[in-house]
Amino acid sequence: MTPILELQGISKRFVKRLDVAGKIAARLGAKIAEETVHAVDDVSLAIAPGEVVGLVGESGCGKSTLGRVVAGIHAQSAGRMFFEGEDVARMSPAAKRAATLAIQMIFQDPYASLNPRMRVEDIVGEAPRVHGIVPGRALASYVDEILSKVGLDPALKRRYPHQFSGGQRQRIGIARALAVKPRFLVCDEAIAALDVSIQAQVLNLFMDLREEFGLTYLFISHDLGVVEHIADRVAIMYLGRIVETGTTEALFAGPRHPYTSALLAEAPRLDQRKRQFAPIKGEIPSPLNPPPGCHFHPRCPIATAPCHRDRPTLEDAGTGGHVACLRWRDRAKAEAEGATTP
Amino acid sequence: MTLDVRGLKTHFFTRAGVVKAVDGVDFSVGAGEVMGLVGESGSGKSITGFSILGLIDPPGRVVEGSIKFEGEDLVGASEARMRAIRGNRIAMIFQDPMMTLNPVLRVDTQMIEAIRAHARVDRATARARARDALGLVGIPSPEERLAAYPHQLSGGMRQRVAIAIAFLNEPKLIIADEPTTALDVTIQAQIIHEAQALCRRTGTALVWITHDLAVVAGLADRIAVMYAGRIVEQGATDDVIDRPAHPYTVGLLGSAPSANPRGQRLRQIRGMTPDMLALPRGCAFRERCDFGDGACAVAPARTEGGGRAFRCHHPRTPPAAEGAEDPSMPRGMTA
Repeated sequence: MTPILELQGISKRFVKRLDVAGKIAARLGAKIAEETVHAVDDVSLAIAPGEVVGLVGESGCGKSTLGRVVAGIHAQSAGRMFFEGEDVARMSPAAKRAATLAIQMIFQDPYASLNPRMRVEDIVGEAPRVHGIVPGRALASYVDEILSKVGLDPALKRRYPHQFSGGQRQRIGIARALAVKPRFLVCDEAIAALDVSIQAQVLNLFMDLREEFGLTYLFISHDLGVVEHIADRVAIMYLGRIVETGTTEALFAGPRHPYTSALLAEAPRLDQRKRQFAPIKGEIPSPLNPPPGCHFHPRCPIATAPCHRDRPTLEDAGTGGHVACLRWRDRAKAEAEGATTP
Repeated sequence: MTLDVRGLKTHFFTRAGVVKAVDGVDFSVGAGEVMGLVGESGSGKSITGFSILGLIDPPGRVVEGSIKFEGEDLVGASEARMRAIRGNRIAMIFQDPMMTLNPVLRVDTQMIEAIRAHARVDRATARARARDALGLVGIPSPEERLAAYPHQLSGGMRQRVAIAIAFLNEPKLIIADEPTTALDVTIQAQIIHEAQALCRRTGTALVWITHDLAVVAGLADRIAVMYAGRIVEQGATDDVIDRPAHPYTVGLLGSAPSANPRGQRLRQIRGMTPDMLALPRGCAFRERCDFGDGACAVAPARTEGGGRAFRCHHPRTPPAAEGAEDPSMPRGMTA
């Protein structure tokens, strides 16, 4: 089956250009140069229609930037993106517009992502009107229908965003995305800002909508519990690179990358009491100056000399997933031996 | 008991009406004990913490109750007395270390100030103590970090500095208000680990305020769950999480993705978090509760026994076997 979305070697670099004073100083021999952040570094990922892919990582790992590249908010610096088998960069303008309309994004902050001066009916109704998705006469009833779908009372559509709670605002954001009949949703930490009891409601809504509209999700989150629940496949990012992918069951049952193992071990769990553990050392290094070789080696408990030098590539881990670690075979072997010897 | 809070009521007198942010809270914490105070936004958990430290500004006021700290009632204590206690015998750790550290002062200046405000020591001694404190919370090369400004440190490092400052004067009680919410999972694990080790070593009592039951499940000896200004349930961590009595606690635990079969709808709590100006009469949770009936129109009294307490007319007491039959239960709930 053709993937609905395929990324090939996508990179996104942000360059901080020198100002006039900086340029003069540099010409005079000062040691300042343009700074480049590799927010996303050579990422390849294929997503099948109807699939939910969870993208997990800590702050600064580039997961949101990748989501924004997919949603067309940022242009990639390198690499190619295919939508339903077609290279988005080489599409005709009309086809490109259709492709970008088919990919919609839901943002983290339901306070910052809604225009405070627009009524809910305009927030939801503007895009379908502009893109001619529904005729003007039918717009009002269309907006009502979409609002009901996300669990909002259409009678409230004349209100402004500030008159709603956080959970309701997130529903407005979802309605806005759904209004242009997308096939692919990028959910960037879409429930992170909500209260626990409201998170469950919105997560349920995402699952209902997936069924009803046959949607495909790229579900970006730092929360492993949420991702484990909703995703079919998971990709783990660290400092701009994907370090491991796999089906949710396989990855949670037997992580291959030491970073994945650390994330799984350190996420707080309800069934763990009074735990004594040795958390992994250190913090994510600055993406301005990432460590050479494997980005994870300064924090990795099993790093050896080659890890400081060679960049690991994603290899088939044999479980339907891929892992980018020079030592995953040694580690898997050691684990297998540890399991057999009593 | 290091801290004994009885019948605490903190109300805010706003133009729109009286917000009963904390409305009759009872709990106590012993030396070396870790107490998790859990609730959603607006439940009054942070206001409870602020009330203990006397940090309630108008239009808010502690209107009733007592806060006994080592036998001394802090309600009605003079501002001079509170200043002598704050940062010395009771310390607080806030959620956002960027907001609580002074951005224009170096780390050492802020730490030395905190020591010299409460003890007659010279700068060199104070600086040495500051350096040791940074080392204790796992900051590498503490001598160099002393000369840094807060913006030069990462979020995790800043929170460590804030924790080091809290522990500087070896307080008897620390109130930590969502100290790891803004941090990444691996950093959160490190911070929890260090706070736990420090309390165990120094015998400091710790009140850890959070919205995340999973965080305190691994940290606290006892848990209190707040809803709309009241503690609806409290008890030993195992009791509250494995055998919750209040339907709200049951709902919170049930809505965690990890407590549900993969890919299926979550058991959600219906309705919205309550408007504190328009609470239902009687039990504040009754409109969202599956078990509410006519009896709930009267506020439930506190039922106490067996080391736990709850406020509910229809307590759930699920058989102990329910937790056992679900061994694959949660994994990684960080709400």
